This record gives sequence, C-alpha cells and structure tokens, in this order.
Amino acid sequence: MAWLHAWAGWPAGWILYAVFISGTLSYFRPEISHWMRPELATAREHPDSVAMAMRILQERAPDSSRWVINLPNEREPTLRVGWMAATEPGKADRLIGRFDGVVLDPSTGKELQPRQTRGGDFFQRFHYELGLGQVWGRWLVGVCAMAMLIAILSGVIAHKQLFRNFFTFRPGKGQRSWLDAHHAVGVLALPYHLLITYTGLITMMFMYMPAAVETAYRYDPGGFLIEAFPNPPHAQATGRSARLTAIEPLLQQAERQWNGAAPATIVIEYPGDAGARVQMQRSAHGKLTHTGQFIIFDGVSGEMLSIWGEESGAMQAHGVLYGLHMARFSSASLRWMFALCGVLGTVMVATGLVLWSVKRMPQRAEGERAMLSQRVVEILNNGTITGLPIAVAVYFWANRLLPVTLAERPAWEVRCFFAAWALMYVAALLQNARTAWPRHFFAGALLFALLPLVNGLTTSAHLGITLMQGPAIYAGFDLSMLGIAALLAIAAWNTSRERPERKEAAGDTLPSGTPMLEERS
Amino acid sequence: MASPSTSYRLAVASRALAALAGGYLLTASMIGALALFLPMERAAAALTATMLSFAIYACSVLWAFAARSAWLAWAVIALPALALEALLWSRSLLVIP
Repeated sequence: MAWLHAWAGWPAGWILYAVFISGTLSYFRPEISHWMRPELATAREHPDSVAMAMRILQERAPDSSRWVINLPNEREPTLRVGWMAATEPGKADRLIGRFDGVVLDPSTGKELQPRQTRGGDFFQRFHYELGLGQVWGRWLVGVCAMAMLIAILSGVIAHKQLFRNFFTFRPGKGQRSWLDAHHAVGVLALPYHLLITYTGLITMMFMYMPAAVETAYRYDPGGFLIEAFPNPPHAQATGRSARLTAIEPLLQQAERQWNGAAPATIVIEYPGDAGARVQMQRSAHGKLTHTGQFIIFDGVSGEMLSIWGEESGAMQAHGVLYGLHMARFSSASLRWMFALCGVLGTVMVATGLVLWSVKRMPQRAEGERAMLSQRVVEILNNGTITGLPIAVAVYFWANRLLPVTLAERPAWEVRCFFAAWALMYVAALLQNARTAWPRHFFAGALLFALLPLVNGLTTSAHLGITLMQGPAIYAGFDLSMLGIAALLAIAAWNTSRERPERKEAAGDTLPSGTPMLEERS
Repeated sequence: MASPSTSYRLAVASRALAALAGGYLLTASMIGALALFLPMERAAAALTATMLSFAIYACSVLWAFAARSAWLAWAVIALPALALEALLWSRSLLVIP
C-alpha cells in the first residue's frame, strides 16, 4: 500500500497542487472579484435595494421581457440589475435580443463602472479545467482527483501507526522532517481531504461515470436531467397588459417560506403583461444543498404559485455533497476553516512531491552533476511549487497595473498569470536547485507582501483606511496577502537552512532504496 | 539497488491494468445494474448509483494491488464485471423500449 500511495500520489501531484491552490482561492471568489474591481469599493448594502432596482428597471427597460435583480449581500455589496433589451419598442422577445445591465452602489444609487476582469471566476474555472478546456482539463483534473482518493486511502492503510506518526515531528533533519511534515498536514486535515476529494469527483460525476444514467435512460436520452433536476417553467406572455404587483410583500412571503433566509436573485418575466411571473431564488448562505430553491409568484395577483427545490432522498444527498464542495453555505469563520484545510492540503501535496523526488533520487556527492531525469523532476517541482503562488500574485498585480482601458483586459490578466508561471520553470532551469528554492519562495513572499502597497497606490482603499472604516473585504484581502507572504517567507527561510542541516544529520537519513513509508510500520 | 525482474514488472503492469481498466469496467457495470435494480424511482436510482461509483472504483483499485497474486486480482474484478455485463445485456434483449 505504501507503494500504491507513492505511485498514485506522485504523478498527479503537480496537477493536484494547482488544483488545491486555485480551489482554496475559490472559497473567496466573491471577495476576490470585489477586490479586483476597485471601482466598486465604495458600495455599501442598503435595505431599499429592491425598490431602487425596480425604479431603474421601470425607467430603463419598461418593454423588456425579463428583468433580473441580483441583490447585494455581505460578500458582494453591489446591486446588479439586468434586463433583456427589447428588439423593437413595445415588443420584447425573451429569446432574441441582448442582455443589458448596470451595477449600482445600493447606498447611493450611483451607477458604477467596474473594470473588465475575470476576478475570482478565473481561479474557480482553473480549479477544474486548468486552462485546458472543458474536455481535456476536466478529465485531467478528474483522473488526478481519483488518484488523490486512492492516495488518501492507501496512505491511511500504509500508516498503521497513523496517530503516532501524527505526533512525531523531528525538525531540521532533512528528509525526515519533510516526511513528518507530510504526515502531520496529511493526517490533521484527513477528514477534509477525503470529503473534498470525493465531493469534487461528485461535481463532475456524470462526465466521469456516465454508465448508470446511460443504462437507466437507454431509451430516453435527455430524460434524466428533466426528472432529476427539474427547472421552474418559463412564463407565457398573454399580450394583455396588467399592472405588476408590489415586490416587497413577496419578499417577506419568500423569507417566511425559507425560515428567514433572504432571496439572492429576483427574476421577473413579462413585467406589465397579464402573464407576468416573479421568481425568487434563495441565497446560498446557510443552505447546505447546492440545488437552487425557487418560489414562483403570479406577477399580477402576487399569489404564490409553486415552490421548487424541496426534492427528497437521492437528489438532496447529491445537492448536499455538491454544496459541501462549494462551501457557499458557510459563515466567515467556517469558510476560513475550509481555507486553512485547503492550505494544509497544498502543503501536503508539496511536501509529498518533494519527498518523492528526494527519496527516489540517488544521493549526489558535493559538486557532482545531476542526472537528466533528476534535473527534470527538480525543475518541475520547483517551477510548480514556487511558480504557482508567484503567478497568483502576478495576476493580482496585473489587475492593478494594466491600463483600465486596455482592450481584452481580462485575457491579458490571465496571460500575465500563465507567463509568470512559465517563467518560473525557466528560472528553475537556470539555477542550482538548492539556491532556487529559497530565492523563489522569497520572490513570492515579496510579491505578496507588496500587494497591499500596490493596492494603496493605485486605489483609494489602502489598509490605513480599510482597517478603520472598511470595506472589510479590502482589509481582509490585504491582510490575507500579508499572511501568504509570511507563509512563503517561512518556506524561504526553511529551504535556505536545508543544506547545513542536512550535513549535520547525514548519519540520520535513510540509506537510499529503503521503502520510504514502511520504515516505521 | 537491483532492478526488479521482468516477471515482477509484468505482474505490476497487469495489476495496474486490472485496477484502472478492469476497475472502471466493474464500476460501470455495477452502477448500471444498481441504476436498474435499486428499489427507487429511476432518476433517484441513477443518481445514487453514480454517487457510489467513486467508492466502488477506489475499492477495486485498492483490491487490485492488495490481492495475493495478479491472477486473483483479475479474477475478482473481471468475473463480476462480466457477469453484470451479461445480465445488463440479456435484460436489454428482454425489455422492449
């Protein structure tokens, strides 16, 4: 099982490292998106948002077939109002036409003009596609997630002394310290690793494991989605005009129905028509399942017509497993626990990768040239482990430093991310591995540590202001960047001390060829 | 470090194939059968079976490497998979769409 653990874990390790980092960042997708649009920094929540949205929609899109209101919340304090633009006056068609919208500061009603960026959405997409597209990216991540599941299970079986290993830490002893660190972070967050890997596979399960649906729906392809994930029906326009009902009483009715939970999105179909429908979607906060919960009201009488998302059994189980992966339900403190486990997972994968290569490479005498395979693994390890955090920092830098009017701005931010990552492999190629580790970690620490400064110089929301007066999202983001910088600085310090410590502990390291994980079982 | 013998390498390759390909086939036939025969509505049965698939696959992979011999690993994975496939196939002959 130790053998299986090493060979299932290692080839997937480089990919899993990227998946762990981007996944951990994705817990803060709304916050990252908000920070990356500093034009929205002044926005504050306001209780009258719905009335404000309705006023704007009546003014700007009275003939629209579809109004969409995204209400502000703690994590995204902007009010987003959208509508399907009418193709000709007085005659709106839901399917033809373009979707327009505005972003507003709910406290002032001022229209905001955010810069073009993919924000935190980029990390979430990268988390399951790695920038390789829907087919290759998703399959690659899926195969690696399956390898991770195998590595976790076989890792547990390999460690008969799981808990003794957990409480053993021998710092400053080269490879032993890496092993102990790998055990400690692996076991500490073991329930999380198991949960996040299995639920991650669940999110794409129909792609990876289509056999059950294909067998049961052999003669009815397409029937599964309709039966398992029914969507609320669309409204039908009658052509007779009628006055739209007041929205506020419907809001209160929805909140009562959802035990106090507020709607996040309001969709109004055919406003002003006798067939108008008002659809409210419950906010994700405090709702374990990922399945959307809707209430549909008659848009003229205000009568509650139907309630969606109260399904049972297998559908609920699926919704909850999916929801546990996304963690949108969690409070801020629980989200930080998830993120902390994500960091531990990142460290587990990184230490596992280093262990694998250190262990399997023949010991090198001082000054001896490395074998080609050894160099390749060293460069891949270094470029991935140190390159990705640097690429993340560069993505944030690019967001603040690229000209706001630049054409294809979101694409350029992403190009900066990948260029920085690729460059780190070149940098690893040009240096001795032992000097490359501390240098690269230090460079990463510097890039993250300077981000609050870059933010302060390019926006009017620096830490001096945000710590005192908010917005809290800005203060939290800047402090998190300093936290990441501190973590990378610790890594830089540790890897720079590695060499002399190794020599001292030379007698303590294992002879090469000893099965690494079985030594103490 | 002496390099492993050819027969050892072949046995490892055989187990790996049993784990990856054999395990996937066993999983696919098992969840196919579960989707048909679980006593639930068919959408719920298909969902339940698919959610269990990764646990079944993981167990198959662990088994492939834990079995005493590569032959035994293959037998325990391939025989049930073939039996289930035969069951699903014969049922598809009986059920008229």
